[in-house]
Amino acid sequence: MSRAALLVLADGRFPAGGHAHSGGAEAAVRAGHITDAASLEEFCRGRLHTSGAVAASLAAAAALGVDPGELDLAADARTPSPALRVAARRLGRQLVRAARATWPHRELDALAGRFPKGAHQPVVMGLTARAAGLGPLDAAYCSAYEGVSGPATAVVRLLSLDPFDATGVLARLAPDLDRVARDAVEAGRAAVTEGVDVLPARSAPLLEIGAEAHAAWAVRLFAS
Amino acid sequence: MDRVTTPAGARASARILARGDGRGGTALPVLEGEGPLAVRRTRGSGSEAHVMLVGAMSGPLGGDHFTVAAEAAEGARLRVGSAAATLALPGQDKAGARYDVRLTVGDDAELRWLPEQLISAYGSDLSVATRVDLAATGRLLLREEQVLGRSGEPPGRLSSRLTVRVAGRCVLDQELACGSGAPGGWDGPAGLAGHRAVGQLVVVRPELAAEPPRASAFAEGAAVLPLAGPAVLVTAVAPDGLRLRRLLEAGLATLG
Repeated sequence: MSRAALLVLADGRFPAGGHAHSGGAEAAVRAGHITDAASLEEFCRGRLHTSGAVAASLAAAAALGVDPGELDLAADARTPSPALRVAARRLGRQLVRAARATWPHRELDALAGRFPKGAHQPVVMGLTARAAGLGPLDAAYCSAYEGVSGPATAVVRLLSLDPFDATGVLARLAPDLDRVARDAVEAGRAAVTEGVDVLPARSAPLLEIGAEAHAAWAVRLFAS
Repeated sequence: MDRVTTPAGARASARILARGDGRGGTALPVLEGEGPLAVRRTRGSGSEAHVMLVGAMSGPLGGDHFTVAAEAAEGARLRVGSAAATLALPGQDKAGARYDVRLTVGDDAELRWLPEQLISAYGSDLSVATRVDLAATGRLLLREEQVLGRSGEPPGRLSSRLTVRVAGRCVLDQELACGSGAPGGWDGPAGLAGHRAVGQLVVVRPELAAEPPRASAFAEGAAVLPLAGPAVLVTAVAPDGLRLRRLLEAGLATLG
């Protein structure tokens, strides 16, 4: 495995379109639920242990070779908000484009052909990790980290939060990120032998509700 | 109340089977409960049989394991309610309690599963698993309401997983974990943000596949979410159980 490849994939400047999404932070700011670094941290922690853990386990399972079609159905069942399903597929389509250009691989070609409208982004993340010669833990880390770094970066713009404070939030989440990534690999390994039903399904009610409210706004800074 | 209590806690189960009687009505060939779980047939309406779960309300306690299985077989119309809220309480047993609900809906059958709310009392530890399997033309209305803590008290630990399959395909898989010991952030801005009641309604109707409703956050803290399949989820958070019920009913009303 190449450690440098992990840095390339995890880099926020990797051109996969993630910067256009706030991960639900824009809706939470508007609702008055995120007002400062402390509430941002609680938001990120909740997101990490729910949809973040689900995404990381999907990514790990995909990196371990679980069928992407099965994983994509599992992602649909775990994403009740249509706005979030659309966002996940759009991000998946952008990631597969960037990944095919960066790490050409027949599995990525096959995925792009099978899902012309995009597969759920974490599934693409797992296959991208495979193509880049990375492992399931790397895929889980990338997915989990991106799930909190996106909102943190967005809140810097939305609230003019001090970037040092936002980065401090991410640093304080490191132990939780480690745990979520490890658990995700364990769940992914279980899915290899027992099928995708064993993957976690933890949900965050206000992320789902907020995503639909956000999708109906006439003017917004972020796509989701 | 009679309780079959062992050091490992009480085990109780109830079983309901409804079947079309061939004359436009619904028969209940199996209706049995044991220990703290009892089932009663109440007056139905039209072709629909009504069943009431009685007696689960003072449990489950730590270490208890309750199982309820209900099946609306081909042609049946079945409605199941509960006589009162279910209260999860701490037990002498340090182990958590489990409540498994297994629902099956056949072709041309309808199940309305409408129990009263589940209240997670301080110090309790309960895992609920609800699994629904529907045939391709089965219909479902399922309500699940959780209230975190009795009035003014902090909640116990509650984890609840709801899985719905239609013709073998999973259309919804959701787990909610909250209360002391739940993963961090459950009560933060992504989770419940201080709300003390959370609930969902699942509607499965074959015609929803072709004509899904529009997704909408129709009220503060509530949304109608068409799922990837012939199903819709109404999800809501509220300060208390009463306001939660109103939100869920309002969401259901938008489906017509």
